[in-house]
Amino acid sequence: MSVPSRRRALPCVPLLLGALLLTGCATQLQPDVTDVRGLVAPLEFNLTNQNGRAVTAADYRGDVVMLYFGYTHCTDECPATLAMLAEALNRLGPLASRVRVLFVTVDPRRDTRSVLKRYVGDFGPQFVGLRGTASQLTAMIKRYRVSYHDGKPDKSGNYEVIHSSVVFIFDGRGRARLLAQTGFACAAIATDVRRLLAGGRLLEGV
Amino acid sequence: MRCKSRAVWYPIPGRLRSRAPGGPLRYLWYLLPWQFSPTVLTVCVLTVALYLRGLALLKRNGAPVGFWRPFVFFLGVALSYGVLQTYFDFLAQHSFWVHCLQQLILHHLGPVLIVLSGPVRVLREGVPRTLRTGAARLLRPMRLDWLLKPLRLLWRTLQHPLIAPVLFVGLIYFWLIPQVHFATMIDTRRYLLMNWSMFADGLLFWWVILAPREEQGSAAVGYKVRLLILPFISMTQIVIGAYISLVPWQLYPVYALCGRALPISPMLDQQIGGLLTWIPGAMMSLVGVIVVLRHMMREEEAQLRSSPRRAAAPSRPSAEVA
Repeated sequence: MSVPSRRRALPCVPLLLGALLLTGCATQLQPDVTDVRGLVAPLEFNLTNQNGRAVTAADYRGDVVMLYFGYTHCTDECPATLAMLAEALNRLGPLASRVRVLFVTVDPRRDTRSVLKRYVGDFGPQFVGLRGTASQLTAMIKRYRVSYHDGKPDKSGNYEVIHSSVVFIFDGRGRARLLAQTGFACAAIATDVRRLLAGGRLLEGV
Repeated sequence: MRCKSRAVWYPIPGRLRSRAPGGPLRYLWYLLPWQFSPTVLTVCVLTVALYLRGLALLKRNGAPVGFWRPFVFFLGVALSYGVLQTYFDFLAQHSFWVHCLQQLILHHLGPVLIVLSGPVRVLREGVPRTLRTGAARLLRPMRLDWLLKPLRLLWRTLQHPLIAPVLFVGLIYFWLIPQVHFATMIDTRRYLLMNWSMFADGLLFWWVILAPREEQGSAAVGYKVRLLILPFISMTQIVIGAYISLVPWQLYPVYALCGRALPISPMLDQQIGGLLTWIPGAMMSLVGVIVVLRHMMREEEAQLRSSPRRAAAPSRPSAEVA
């Protein structure tokens, strides 16, 4: 009885395999930039900017947004990444006015509004410092599937924060498009952002 | 990733401590879901409710199930729920070895416990009679019986002794392909699909291996076939587990990129994860072999009991010699 039914069952195998393949994977554009369209959640948040104004993703509609989590007491990775982004914006020339870099602090205790304002001001007018309450920040890290935690304080009370190192890049409609890893090339980012601003496809010429 | 690579170990990472409320309720906070899933909650509550109802009815009808079967069943459900809907889920999203432990519980331990407890009898009893007969009464006059046919075909496909193990190991391999894994860990929908597919396939596979033949109905798989399947899944898991724990480069950079939850180096994280896939994953086959052998012995005993004359012959070899 069960033998013929088994034989009939075998054709289902390609179907199952096909379903698995459909789940797909992320496309690598350049060594350190990944196309994450449809993978990462669209831009959405409720935070406060360095001027004390409550802002949401709607305030940045129409601009290409680069989202980065860090903290101002960071000694190497955060300033290095922000400097690279500043250099990428530099290469964009006048187009840079349509780009915003959102620096979300994962250390709101030390990064007060004034500290944040001074810090992002050093990198350029496109840099926005954002901070939130514990629940706002938790909602944000859940949404973007990143994490952070405080290290142990030393004798003088200083502590490091272990956090994500990626830059999420969103297009003007708030859709996540790229994920840049540390070590990305400024020129590559500038090229990609130019394409995003032109509404073009990212895979061209890659 | 990190702004200084000094790794400090403390049982609860600092930020978690500050996010949790103080006082005695603090530990309860860790039992709350990191990302609440109404589906997981509904499925678990419904299953447990059906099971409890079944237990009560069986006891009333004079056929109590005892202590251990329900205990093992609830342990399996609780473990599977726990790795999905508590703070454990946060750690699994941001540490590779915790992720491997999560998948081990969803794919192996949870389903093994659930299937071992023999829950079908209790769950069937738990389904309200009106619902059981109602479905049949509704389908027959509407000539919708054909709806069941593809379902039966799908069931037989998934329970096929060639397909079930390939699917079981294939899923482990598939979700661990570095590119797929990267996409899965940054996309909530793929992440949920991974967890559900691993748990559902765990139940399907361990049902093939651990369920008594008479309970499997038309899709029954022989015990000797099961004893062939088990070394196959053991070997293939050893291969991938050994590969992950022994390669000297990072296979899954997503954990380092999105922020590590535990203060250990990415390489150590990967090695522990590989070992978890390698050893406990493969060891589960041994549990399978023991259970299958027990089924075989029980079946043999039952046969001997039903034909006592044949049973008497081999048990008295000395008489023959004399």
